[in-house]
Amino acid sequence: MHGNNGTSAVGIDIGSRMTKIVRVSGNGITDSEIFETGHDPLDLIQKTASSFGDEAVVATGYGRRLVRAHLPCSVVTEIRACARGARYIDPDCVAVIDIGGQDSKAIELKGDGGFGRFEMNDRCAAGTGRFLEVMAGTLGYTIDTFGSEALLADSPATINSMCTVFAESEIISMLARGEDRRRIALSLHVAVARRVAAMASRLYSSGRALFVGGVANNPCIGASLIEELGNGIIVPERPELTVALGAALIGLDNGHPDD
Amino acid sequence: MSDHVQMWEELGLDVELHEKVLASIGASYETIIASQKNRPEGMQYFDTVIHESHGGRVREILDAKSEGRKMLGTFCIYVPDEIAMAASAIPVALCGGTSFSIPYAETMFPRDICPLVKSTLGLSFSKTCPYGPIKDMAVGETTCDAKKKTWDILAQKINFHVLEIPQKKTDMGRELWLSEVRAFRHRVEELTGNAIEREALADAIKLMNRKRRLLADMNEFRKAPRPPISGRDALVVMQGALNDDPARICDRLEMLNAELADRLERGVSPFPDDAVRVLVAGCPSVMGNWKIHHIIESSGGMVVCDESCTGSRYFTHYVDENGSTVDEQLAALADRYFKIDCSCFTPNTERVENVVGLATEYGADAVIQYILQYCHTYNIEAIRVNGALEKAGIPSITIESDYGEEDEGQLRTRVEALLESVRC
Repeated sequence: MHGNNGTSAVGIDIGSRMTKIVRVSGNGITDSEIFETGHDPLDLIQKTASSFGDEAVVATGYGRRLVRAHLPCSVVTEIRACARGARYIDPDCVAVIDIGGQDSKAIELKGDGGFGRFEMNDRCAAGTGRFLEVMAGTLGYTIDTFGSEALLADSPATINSMCTVFAESEIISMLARGEDRRRIALSLHVAVARRVAAMASRLYSSGRALFVGGVANNPCIGASLIEELGNGIIVPERPELTVALGAALIGLDNGHPDD
Repeated sequence: MSDHVQMWEELGLDVELHEKVLASIGASYETIIASQKNRPEGMQYFDTVIHESHGGRVREILDAKSEGRKMLGTFCIYVPDEIAMAASAIPVALCGGTSFSIPYAETMFPRDICPLVKSTLGLSFSKTCPYGPIKDMAVGETTCDAKKKTWDILAQKINFHVLEIPQKKTDMGRELWLSEVRAFRHRVEELTGNAIEREALADAIKLMNRKRRLLADMNEFRKAPRPPISGRDALVVMQGALNDDPARICDRLEMLNAELADRLERGVSPFPDDAVRVLVAGCPSVMGNWKIHHIIESSGGMVVCDESCTGSRYFTHYVDENGSTVDEQLAALADRYFKIDCSCFTPNTERVENVVGLATEYGADAVIQYILQYCHTYNIEAIRVNGALEKAGIPSITIESDYGEEDEGQLRTRVEALLESVRC
């Protein structure tokens, strides 16, 4: 462990779309920062790193190896970090669902604080934030209003394709037929939620599951997941910080080897 | 390798493309295999086998052909090599493990068939497989739909024999298989002009049993707490065993095993103390494909066992050596090969049990089921295997992937997380 004052730690989550940096102390999050990962995340991370004191730094997410090559830090997978963060936010939850920019995952949380089985989407973008982003663009919504607009539809349209490329052309022909775009939006949200719910339902059948990641800010995905999996779905505040928070907490855990 | 250029030209290969491919595979081999620290010295020979698989080995087979011997190209470990060998023919496994050749196959074949079949076809279509032009017969089998229908097309152009693999391990299935083995014998005799005699077949059976025993011995070392050989190197040995001359590779395996025994005694291992023990189960990793082993062993894991056609499926079970007539020997061969637990069988309960058994035997902390994309039988069977592993308390993940590199980041995350879940 590099730097190890034992009282605070930094977690850096380099996601495909956004990079999240969280500092924790024994009292919880003391500082956080989010910026677009872009094409040169290292430059921004190094600027932020100048503010790191003598504290443990833990990198996670897609760019974790890049950070480790340039910054003294340890590395964990986003799966472990997500499990740690979720456990901190809700000590009693049995699973966590994380939908990010280019992947979605469901993780089983074990009673001892560790994690068990996990599921991830395959390499295509269906069921991810990127899918929703492309579809929002096709329908003329911003990503911030996409979910709330979808919730205003009375019922979902019928959509067949979950492939980002095919779904886009399907939507264009639906719009050309005069289909209501809110109904299309709702159907896309339901489709994403169903796909992720199928992964999650292989891992748990009852109890609370935390829904985190940037996509958890979309109210329609949350509502659709509740529709699929029941009322146990909880969205915490700042869900997009969960993984960075977990990474920072792992740094803090490791800083106290006697714990 | 440039001394082989003339040979490749004479074989009608696209020499320029072929050189590029060899350079690219050579570079991956350097990064993934050759650069490992603390390798057994005996691996040098197996490095040469891989490097010379398109060069020296081809030349050697051409020389044998000039003396009247025949070469058989095979695509499955269900093909009883002994029968070919007893007729002085040379069987060589021709399955493709390279991604470059896949687009060549996709010009004619559907995209949604497995990378192994596409890679094999692509090597032929792109004129980069030197065995294509020199084989006297190809031997296919009916293990999966992609292969079966591919043979229909290839058989229009080249001398082809298809072994029908039964789908159920019943008495009727065994009868069918035995008659297939007998028919194969006649086809080989017809091709080579050599009658298969009891003594020659007995020698071939003994030689193949020796090879299996030596491979089993090599794998035995992987059960040690800190194995003296990496999973990547063990895979290279297996890949070499499917290409090289059997008698020669046996001698080299004997030397390697002696070195491994010595390394074990001296506590020499390529692995750090805290590497997580992983069993890789499912589809084969044929020559050119080191992807999953590389990801696992560069993420803090060590592959201690391969439950695949490039692993235990190839060397488990021996052929009874006591057959006193060719008929008895053929029956003994049929019996041994019929024990192979390929996922093409239904129900394939023995394989489900074997995966759990091997995981226990090799002390695996976790199992990674490796599924080549679109391999439906292993992919679906993974559900049953996973259930059995869960029951046995062994953590596992299932990875479906092709030969491309674009999913490496995601696979790394999954593999690392599995290893973390074992450690934490």
